[in-house]
Amino acid sequence: MLHTINKAPHAHDCFDACLRVCGDNATIVLIEDGVYAAITDSDTAQRLCSQAKAVYALQPDIDARGLSTRIAPQIRTIDYAGFVQLCCEHPTIQSWY
Amino acid sequence: MKQKRILIVCRRPPYGESFAREALDVAMASAAFDQEIALLFLDAGVTLLAKNQQPETIGDKSLEKQFAALPLYDVNELYVDVGALQQYRLSQTDLSLPAQPLTTGEITQLLERSDIVLNF
Repeated sequence: MLHTINKAPHAHDCFDACLRVCGDNATIVLIEDGVYAAITDSDTAQRLCSQAKAVYALQPDIDARGLSTRIAPQIRTIDYAGFVQLCCEHPTIQSWY
Repeated sequence: MKQKRILIVCRRPPYGESFAREALDVAMASAAFDQEIALLFLDAGVTLLAKNQQPETIGDKSLEKQFAALPLYDVNELYVDVGALQQYRLSQTDLSLPAQPLTTGEITQLLERSDIVLNF
């Protein structure tokens, strides 16, 4: 199952709510302010990588926020086409917003 | 049309935002089209189930009564997040609808066996 998170982790409960119930077979895509969870050496990036099957972050949202060089290496970045591809590959999508 | 298992996830409190009302609208519309509907009250959404809501005091309409009408639309599959009930100090007897309590692991399974998940 694909999960999207679009809010910053400490400003909102989306991040925690998603990680609590997504299980270990989840693919998570960080979009909009959700990309703040991908910052390298952060607790949030570590939690994402240890729990989810795969974690992606949307490159345009990363660049917009000045985070281009600060994304954890285990988190893969994707462009809009890659995001669409992931959505097509997963029959079910849960948006945490 | 093949029947799909639709799960409506209610994650917000009843008043102050319109998410809960929209969830209800989707539930009733989907039920009218004979879809298989389940509702999950998750996180702050468990507060939707609290009895004795009196939204007249803030000039709003009761969502409690509207949610209570769900069984009339044959929406009987209701689930509630046990951890959140505890956080909001709600027990089963405080709830206006009979919802099946689910643990975190059971919630994961419920999400995974649904064809469509709509989050409100």
